[in-house]
Parts: sequence; C-alpha cells; structure tokens
Amino acid sequence: MLGRTANDLFWMARYMERAENMARLLEVGHRLILLPHDGGDEEWRSTLRSAGVEGGYLERHSQFDTALVFDYLLLDRENPSSVYSCLASARTNARAQRTAITTEMWEGLNGAWIEFQRRTAVRPTANDLPALLEWIAECSALFRGAMLNTILRNDTFFFAQLGTFLERADNTARILDVKYYVLLPQNELVGGGLDNAQWAAILRSVSAHRSFRWVYRDRFAPWHIADFLMLNPQMPRSLRSCYIEIVAALAGLGQHYDRPASSLVLAERTASTLANGDMRTIFQAGLHDFLSTFIAGNNLLASEIAAAYHFAD
Amino acid sequence: MAFDEMRGVAKGKRVRDPYREIGVWLEGQDDHELRRKSLEAEAQFRRTGITFAVYGNGQATERLIPFDIIPRVLSAAEWRRLSAGIEQRVRALNAFMFDIYHRQEILRAGRVPEDLVIQNSAFEPDMIGIDPPRGIYSHIIGIDIVRTSENDFFVLEDNTRTPSGVSYMLENRETMMHMFPDLFRSNRVAPVEDYPESLRATLESVAPPGLDNEPVIVLLTPGQHNSAYYEHSFLADRMGIDLVEGQDLIVTGGRLMMKTTLGLKQVDVVYRRIDDGFLDPLVFRSESLLGVPGLFDLYRAGRVTIVNAPGAGIADDKSIYSYMPEIVEFYTGRPSILRNVETYNCRRPDHLSYVLENMADLVVKEVHGSGGYGMLIGPTASKQEIEMFQMKVKGRPDRYIAQPTLALSTCPTLVEQGIAPRHLDLRPFVLLGDKMRLTPGGLTRVALRKGSLVVNSSQGGGTKDTWVLQD
Repeated sequence: MLGRTANDLFWMARYMERAENMARLLEVGHRLILLPHDGGDEEWRSTLRSAGVEGGYLERHSQFDTALVFDYLLLDRENPSSVYSCLASARTNARAQRTAITTEMWEGLNGAWIEFQRRTAVRPTANDLPALLEWIAECSALFRGAMLNTILRNDTFFFAQLGTFLERADNTARILDVKYYVLLPQNELVGGGLDNAQWAAILRSVSAHRSFRWVYRDRFAPWHIADFLMLNPQMPRSLRSCYIEIVAALAGLGQHYDRPASSLVLAERTASTLANGDMRTIFQAGLHDFLSTFIAGNNLLASEIAAAYHFAD
Repeated sequence: MAFDEMRGVAKGKRVRDPYREIGVWLEGQDDHELRRKSLEAEAQFRRTGITFAVYGNGQATERLIPFDIIPRVLSAAEWRRLSAGIEQRVRALNAFMFDIYHRQEILRAGRVPEDLVIQNSAFEPDMIGIDPPRGIYSHIIGIDIVRTSENDFFVLEDNTRTPSGVSYMLENRETMMHMFPDLFRSNRVAPVEDYPESLRATLESVAPPGLDNEPVIVLLTPGQHNSAYYEHSFLADRMGIDLVEGQDLIVTGGRLMMKTTLGLKQVDVVYRRIDDGFLDPLVFRSESLLGVPGLFDLYRAGRVTIVNAPGAGIADDKSIYSYMPEIVEFYTGRPSILRNVETYNCRRPDHLSYVLENMADLVVKEVHGSGGYGMLIGPTASKQEIEMFQMKVKGRPDRYIAQPTLALSTCPTLVEQGIAPRHLDLRPFVLLGDKMRLTPGGLTRVALRKGSLVVNSSQGGGTKDTWVLQD
C-alpha cells in the first residue's frame, strides 16, 4: 500500500469520527444552555475548548453567542474541525482512495456529504438542530457499520481503525480534561442539581448516559464517571477501550506485514497504564496532569505511526 | 432529414430490426414513468460519485454527465463490419508510429508531408529509436465514429493518447441492467464487463521483458482535481492496481519505485493518465509537479513501460487525420475499411481558399483542439462568428482543418419535451497488447440540445448505454 494511501485512510476515519464528536458536543452544549442558570458563556467556552477550537473561534468572534458557536462548529469552512470541514475532508480523503475502500463505505460517506449540503443549504434554525445533529451521528454510525461489515481485515482496515480510535481517545480525554473540576471528589459534597446536570452532560457527550446506569447502577458519582470514561473496558469510548483497539490494530499491522509495528511499544505502555490504573491513585496524583500526559502521548503515538508507515515521505 | 437509428429515414413508419424490442418496450411506457426511472438513475450516479469536475468561476464543481435511459443498439452484422475496420485502423496507427519513430519510410515515400510530422508539436523527437515492448505505442485507443445513413459510417477522429470515457461505458451498462433487467432478457446484448480484465492483461503483456516476478502495474493520475479522476480510480480499482500520483513515485537505483507503507517497491508498467508534457520534468515541462523526474530515461533503457507511449499523440493530430486513408493503405496494403470525413487542410492554399469561401457550410476545427472547444459549426454560426473565424484561419491557416457538416444519425432520447430524436456518435475502445481486444459497443455520446451536433460532455452532451446484439 502507498504511504499516501495509509495517510488518507487514517485521516478519512479520523475526520469521520471527529464529525460525530462535534455533533455530540454541540448537542450537549445546546442542552446545557437550556438549563435555568446563567452560565451560558462558560458552557460555550468549555464546549469550544473540548472541541479544541477555542483559539480559532476567538479569532473570528468576540462573544460566545449561541448562534455563532453553532455556526462555527457546524458550518464554518474556516474552522478545520467544523462538521462541514470534517465531512469535506473525510470525503476528500476517501475520494483520493476510492480504490482502497469498499463501495458501501464510499457511498455512505458520499451520501452523507451530499445530504449534509442539502440540509444546510438553508441555514438551519435552532429548531432544526436536534434532528440535524442526530442525523450526523447516524451517518458516522452508518459509515463505521459499512466499514466493519465490508472491509478486508488488512492494512486498509488497520489504518482506518487507528484513525478512529486515536481521534476518539483524544476526544474523550479532552472532554474530561475540560470538565475535570466537576469530577473532583470534593465536588461530590457540592452535589446540587447543576452538578448532576454537568455530570449527565459529560456522559451524554460520549453517548453514555444510559449505559452508565447499567454498569454502576447508583447515582452519578464523579469518580465513577471518570472511571467509566477512562478505565472501563466495557465502555466503547473509554480511553482504555480505545487503546485496546489501537493495540489490536498495530498488532494486526505487524502480522499483516510480517514485521512488528515499532509504535506498538508506546501503545502497549499506555494500554497497560490504563489497564492497571485505579481512579484513587489517579485522583491523588492529579487528574488534570494524568489527562495532559495522556493527550500528549496520544499525539506522539499518531506521529510515530505516521513516520513508521511513511505517511508523508 | 438525418438518419434515425431506430426508425430509419422514413420517420415513424417502421422500427429497424435491432430496435424491435426497444420499440415494443417504449410503446408500453409513459413519459412520466420513464422520467421517474431517469431520476432514479441520476441519483444512483450521484451516489456512486460518477462525476467529472467542471472548472469555472475559479471554483471546481462536480457534475454528472447526463445519462439517457434509451439505449443505442447495433446489430451483430453492423458491429462485425465496424470491428474489422477498427482493427485495421488500430494496426495502421501503431505501424505508423513505429515507422515515424524509426526509419520514417512513409515520409520518404512522400505519402505524408514530412514537415507535418517533424514540425508537429505532438511529435516527440526523444522517442526516435526507442523500441517499446511489442513495438506498440498506443495500447488503448478510442475511435470516434459517426453514422450518416444505414450503411455509412465515418471516423471523426482517432484518440491515441489517453482516451477517456470507458468508465461510463461500464457504469451505463451496470445501471441499465439494474433498472431494466427485462430488457436484457428479451435482447441478447453482448457483455462489456470484462474490459478491466482485458485492460490488465494488455498492460501485463507489455511489461519490460525478463522480470522475475509478475509485473507491478500502477495507474498514474494527476490527482483528484482532474476532470477524469473518477475514471482513474474506477479503473485502478477494477484492475486491482495502485492508483498513484507523481509524488508517490521515485526513480532510484535505475528503477522506478513507489513509496509504500513498507518502503520502496519496484514498478514495471505505468498506465499514465497524464499528458506527455507532465510525465518527466527533466525531459518535458520542467515546472511540472505531476510527473516523475528520471522516468523517461528509465523508459528509454527499457526498465519500465509507459502506456500509452510518449509521443503517441502524433497519430491523432487532426492534421495527420486527413492522411489516414493513405496511412492505412501504406501499412496494411489494403484500402481503409472505415471511411474518413472529407477534410480540408487549411495549410494547403487551394483548400484554404475553399474553406474561406464556404465556411458557412463547414465545421472548422483547431488542429490541436479537443473537447469540442475552438471549433466553428458553420450552419449554426452567426455571420459575426464566421467573420471572426475567417480572420483566425487567415492568420494561422496551418492551425485549422475543415470538414463538411455531417448529418449525424439520431436516436430516440428522453428530453424535457418527451421522447425526441437527438444526434449521437460512438467511441469504441480498443486494447492492443499480446493481442487485440475490442469491447463490443463502446460509449455513445448524445447531443441533448435539439439540433445540436456537439456531443462533448463539457458542452451539454450526455451518454447512452450501447448495445451490440448477438446473432
């Protein structure tokens, strides 16, 4: 496989995952500002920070207006992480590699792109948003489903998996990092309705507000939420789950190429930290530090993989 | 009145034999239902992404080439005649190229004017003396054919560089079989689907001799902004070969290599869909970023095969075209089976004065033009347009040829007003390697505007599925 092909497959999957994450962040932000309190600006600031685009937003807008934030995260072509840009980039990468992906994957992605343009040809109003955001998540699910059901389990699959799970891990870690203060144990004492809403929002932003109950069964406790999103192997968006998939993809590549993946060492180290970690120790050492280290390590792994497989020679 | 493929000359009276089943089918359809099917087909094409890029207003947009759901049908006998002529012409075109890049017998014999070849911008002096595998220059050829009556077929032009459109031929058939399976049960239509396999076999058969392993073939594309990118990816996919850009290739250690996830890997055959000028910045256009520095030297040394060969464009130059009857006879020893359209070379003083006087009745074409651009269709042109063209032709007569306007045949086509006759042409695709492989049918292009004779997709042309019936 061409190095450029590997690069495009990796980013196709990564952008598709990001589009879905953006949609979910927007949905949660939207929900939070409907709550009866006046922290609207702060909510949007942390949404933008979770999306990793706070700086870019402030270059264009001076206030955290709901319509402006929506526009920036959903439609802004200048924002490389807007849903528009993510879908466009995912499609460009897929189009460059039409030969590597299956018809079902291409049609899923191309169909999403065509439909997104149709749905946003007229600027969506606040009332259109819930349905639109839901639909974006559906597109991502359809694309991943098409991929899992149709693609050969060879390097094509492994590079796409790496893109998906590196992005997902980054996203989950960033959501946690932005909101880490509401997860600190002392906050349990605060415990008012607003904190409950904040915790629910975190779970919702990773589609886990219902599954959480099935696993923990008790009321929201911040360390349980942190545990669920970081260390729990059942939760498909937890850091641990992402690293189980990343390790599997790198091992698969090693097998496929009959040459062990050099980046496997770093990935396995992170995976084992997550497997052997417990929340008490992590909180003691500092949740924010842990997450910052994790995000940096995740980025490092992505660039190691790019170098090892000649993504951009 | 133009010849109609379905009804012949006497309009409305009798359906010609090859169209018998189509006639019955059309009788049973109402326009509304056909239009619904047509929209369905369009949605399908858009979803699959069978688009071509159109550039304008500084922004590229992706468009569909309109697809007409009423097929164009050729009988087995008609096709036999055409294919004999096509095969003869393809052999002659390649023999011509071998000759002009070697001993130039045809120039010495004075059958084709020497300066027409040597001073032609499509002639590639660097190709002189090179022996491509099997002596083939143009492995993939598209021959544009038009019909003017029951028995009259003419070659309008030869495409010996990088003919495109074959993906439409294949996708049109897929779509028709998907939407109208009944039609394929009542007609015995020769299949076209093995084209990608034939193309791959052709490419393998011209690999450099003496390889230890199966040859590695790639398709070299200018990238996804090229208007034919869909076709490039489609063909690479169907052949199971890598779709590469210039940046993915490098010449090192006397070999052509592609940059893979595991490092460099040798490449033996390059099916290139970029123009000669962009192939190798060391030999051709130095500013080109699309090609591969050093590629031509490897080709010269026989380390890699380039398909079609550089310099193959000389054979489809419009000024060479007018000599095709001589060229066919010179190399095959027989008169050309397929006829040329009578052509006036404006570089000849007697032809020039005829063209200037009769421009209103002629089609005037730029020798190096393509895509239907830079041409004048006399009968539909305004007085002003004609005067402007007369000036142009007087200024550089060597750049123009002219032909009488042909009454291109028509075929029933679904247009806004219902089903109506529209003019069309035919581009069969020929492959030449260890043997000649000719796909039955080809791509039918149809001018969707009433009375228009321009079938090019860039100018409002559409396509149809093309059927060759089996006996």
